[in-house]
Amino acid sequence: MSAATAVGAAPTLSPDAAALDDTTRAALRAYLQALGDDEMLLGHRDSEWTGLGPILEEDIAFSSMAQDELGHAQVWYGVLHQHFGAPTPDAIAFLRDAPDWRNAQLVELPRGDYAFSLVRQYLFDVAEAIRYGALAESPWPALAEAAAKLRQEEKYHLLHGRAYVERLGRANADSRLRLQRALDDLFPYALGLFEAPDGESALVARGLVPPSAALRAAWLAAVVPFLQASELSPPVVPDGADGWRPTVASIEGGRRGTHTEHLAVLLAAMQGLYRSDPAAVW
Amino acid sequence: MTTLSDEAQLHAFEARIARGDKVEPGDWMPDRYRQQLTRLIQQHANSELMGALPEGQWIPYAPGFKRKMALIAKVQDEVGHAQLLYMAAETLGKPRVEMIEELINGTSKYSNVFNYPCETWADIAMVGWLIDGAAIVNQTIMQTGSYGPYGRALKRITYEEAFHLKQGYDLVVTLATGTRAQRDMCQEAFNRWWWPTMMFFGPPDRQSVHTEVLQRWGVKPKTNDEQRQIWLQKFVPKIEELGLDIPDKGLHRDPDTGDYVITQPDWDEFFRVINGDGPMNRERLALRRLIYEEGSWLRTALEKRDLLPRAA
Repeated sequence: MSAATAVGAAPTLSPDAAALDDTTRAALRAYLQALGDDEMLLGHRDSEWTGLGPILEEDIAFSSMAQDELGHAQVWYGVLHQHFGAPTPDAIAFLRDAPDWRNAQLVELPRGDYAFSLVRQYLFDVAEAIRYGALAESPWPALAEAAAKLRQEEKYHLLHGRAYVERLGRANADSRLRLQRALDDLFPYALGLFEAPDGESALVARGLVPPSAALRAAWLAAVVPFLQASELSPPVVPDGADGWRPTVASIEGGRRGTHTEHLAVLLAAMQGLYRSDPAAVW
Repeated sequence: MTTLSDEAQLHAFEARIARGDKVEPGDWMPDRYRQQLTRLIQQHANSELMGALPEGQWIPYAPGFKRKMALIAKVQDEVGHAQLLYMAAETLGKPRVEMIEELINGTSKYSNVFNYPCETWADIAMVGWLIDGAAIVNQTIMQTGSYGPYGRALKRITYEEAFHLKQGYDLVVTLATGTRAQRDMCQEAFNRWWWPTMMFFGPPDRQSVHTEVLQRWGVKPKTNDEQRQIWLQKFVPKIEELGLDIPDKGLHRDPDTGDYVITQPDWDEFFRVINGDGPMNRERLALRRLIYEEGSWLRTALEKRDLLPRAA
């Protein structure tokens, strides 16, 4: 973890969220919601490859990642349920309308072709690894413990993503072009992962979470050299000694509940059966 | 430069099998054994891969975390089984890509049950319980067969199928004991899947063409009728316990043997579906073909051993 993303200067807090002041509680709740919603929707999108993968090995790999991401969503929704009086993880995921979701728009986009899904997964996994690395040192134990556990799984995702992105970036002109197109489409949305959730500054001030701007800088420092070494061109220019400045605007709004039409369509499918009788046991 | 006559080789081969020895990839085997076994394992691999389609399409709609994750894991296992079985078949000399091409051009078969539609969520329950249950009966028997790599693959597969069966049963119980709408959905799906399940084990022994020599060579240790009977003994009591109504009104037990006697399903339909004219054959194969074609750039890129040099 770089110094820029460091949290944890404050001493460990009581695990009891009720002991936090109202502003901090509300901000933490919004933050956890964003974490869970990102994972939930990416897991859903990944699972759209299950049984339909372009080769058996990648069919299996995306199914594993789908299960991991859904499992992570369950963990964050579980923290919301346990500490913030939110409904059960099932109710959080299957009974909420699009405007109430706080995910970055990146993860709600349709799965696209394999190159699109691969590049999205890679860009997301690097961001998660950096974020969870920082959150693992948060003084609020529920957040730190969950982040420490989940980052272990993201490691395997990253190994997979890096291997395939590099291989396909450098295999032939066709595969390189497909990855480049995906990267062009995805990069502005990936920047949207670093849109700060509501009330983040209160959490940053207390040392509970890293500032999103610092995460974004660390993310750029990680993905840009790797993509370039993979013969891909991320839309950035050098900025300062070891920084990068995107030449495209970040697509934001997701953390405030503004979404593409794809989210409502996704939710109609994902929630339809569950909502047909929410009181029933499925 | 054979040292033994073909007849002596065959004699020695059959003696090994009679002793219960396993045949391994490098061993001498009759051509017909190699062909039959390749056909069998390849069809089994195809079935796992095709089975992933009807179930996989329900993943986005699965109600709740538990069902969603279980269904992803199940379909993932099936794709993994396909991979394992194609590898087992490759030990007999046929490359995977050739087998997948034979699948999508329709020259290699797969289990007929996957040519039936999964119309509701309850169909997923039925496939998971009835069909995975039938597959376990079949695979538990087949794993005692004479070809080593196939038997070992099946051991691992049946171990995982046992989880699928548990999930499938749990799902059926949930629906069968749920709301009125869920119970109706469950019964209707059961009605749809009863006859395809009866057909799953293949035509009655008196109509089956391959059985005798396959049994002698330990390729197929039990007949279709024997396998079907094992399934009936296991499942009918459970079906009755759940209060599901069996659509075969003629089903009864033989008072002397205790065996279940079924009304024969429509075997003409069975052969029609095998020959490509089932409710979902075209659609399933077209989807598999589309996936294969769309993956062509990826396979080409991954085959390449030396990567392009880096610019800098």
